[in-house]
Amino acid sequence: MQLSTFQDGFSAALRGQAVHAPWLSALEAQPGFAVYRNTVLKGCIDALQASYPTVCQLVGTDWFRAAAAVYARVQPPRDGLLMDYGDGFAHFLDQFAPAADLPYLSAVARLDRCWTECHLAADATAVGRDWLAQQAPHTLPQVPLRPHPAARWAWCDAHPAYALWQHHRAGLALPDALDWSGDGSLLTRPNAEVTWRPLPRAGAAFLDACAQGLPLEAAATRALETEPGTDFAALMGSLLDAGALTLTDSRAG
Amino acid sequence: MAPHLLTAGLGLKPQHYGEALHCSAPGLWWEVHPENYLADGGPRLAWLEAIRARHPVALHGVSLSLAADAPPDAAHLARLAALAKRVEPAIVSEHLAWSTWRGQYLPDLLPFPRTHAALRRIADNIARTQDVLQRPIAIENPTHYLHIDGHDWAETEFLAALVQRTGCALLLDVNNVHVSAHNLGFCAQTYLDAFPLHAVAEIHLAGHHADPVHGDALLIDSHDAPVAPAVWALYEQVIARTGPVPTLIERDEHLPAFGELMAERDQAHRALSAARTAQPEEAACS
Repeated sequence: MQLSTFQDGFSAALRGQAVHAPWLSALEAQPGFAVYRNTVLKGCIDALQASYPTVCQLVGTDWFRAAAAVYARVQPPRDGLLMDYGDGFAHFLDQFAPAADLPYLSAVARLDRCWTECHLAADATAVGRDWLAQQAPHTLPQVPLRPHPAARWAWCDAHPAYALWQHHRAGLALPDALDWSGDGSLLTRPNAEVTWRPLPRAGAAFLDACAQGLPLEAAATRALETEPGTDFAALMGSLLDAGALTLTDSRAG
Repeated sequence: MAPHLLTAGLGLKPQHYGEALHCSAPGLWWEVHPENYLADGGPRLAWLEAIRARHPVALHGVSLSLAADAPPDAAHLARLAALAKRVEPAIVSEHLAWSTWRGQYLPDLLPFPRTHAALRRIADNIARTQDVLQRPIAIENPTHYLHIDGHDWAETEFLAALVQRTGCALLLDVNNVHVSAHNLGFCAQTYLDAFPLHAVAEIHLAGHHADPVHGDALLIDSHDAPVAPAVWALYEQVIARTGPVPTLIERDEHLPAFGELMAERDQAHRALSAARTAQPEEAACS
């Protein structure tokens, strides 16, 4: 038998697909076949549980692992970098019928994913308030600021996703009177570890604009159009303190 | 540090980073799965570099899929080579198994029939990997759970042929031998007698447990328990023949306190020291 024929049949059988071949039936009939099938599925589920701890806290381990098993069958890993597996899990939860009673779950999952991406992203030198103070006023409007490679941000219109996420992450009880309105968040890695803070809608619009390549003045205009009355100087200070911004040529490699 | 100075090592776990960094046991080294460090940047790489600044490190890959009937993924290989350049590992190893097939990763180390064609393909994949990494790698004997028809080669002969064709080294996992011998009904001692010990650059020891459904009839290479006495006994017979070989205690689940792992590691360290004493020519080299 060709090696590729063996691997086509064996991998299909591991995924539970019916393949009618006597040699494969002889393998599947042995108790040891389940060891491989269980290990493959467990590897996927464990990776998802490690990457989506807040979702797991919200729904409980049994519910989470059952949902993760469904996801793993629909979207198996593409490579061995399991720490980065599951980028489609939030979208999957949006469509997952058993999660219909938890409409905020996918927004919380997006923040867990933001954490993973922030954790794994490239290093770069962030600009701070001292950098801003050194800029000549006439050149500042055209400065090409970009989000730091590790910066991730999210705005959720419908749910206080960040409030839910950060209370669970911090192991805190939710406030009795949680204001059920949309909120935003910013995750950065200023001192090697992932940190997070609330982000106003204007801040998310500003970072979106920077990511699209807009220079400072145009990005600031987007922020103010999104949320008129924003104290832009305060927003800018908060982003600089978080290490959310970098210059286009400042990748540390 | 040259590999011959390494004695017993441990798998590096994030829970133990701090203690691992500051541990100064003689001969100690740390092994990691490169897949956990193939990030673009960030704290994982920073921690690995901090460990590497104080200790020898080995890279033990689990996803190169050398026994797939396809070349190893070029992008993955390039990233592995970049990591190896960054941490200058004492040893780079992989498995005689496959895990990636047609763009899908199956997180396990999967078996295959050891045919003549498989030997050619795997030798080619190992050679390609060694070319990119610009160093020999060590290939690990896998754990077996299935009787597969159609082998042209005994595993020990297959491994010897890979060594002969590619210049690769071998990683002898003694627990895998014990578990496979039990599951497939062969004699571990006979297997080890036939193993090409001259090529062994590293030894793995780990714990196993009985299958929850089938009990003692099926052992699982679970890395979730201390090394079993039967595996220690086989190990001591091996190093009596090979002399000291860098030896890793693998523990991936039910992780005990750092001190408990170090105590198990020290047992291997003492066995290696005894093997060195028994081989005066080796002692003279160190």
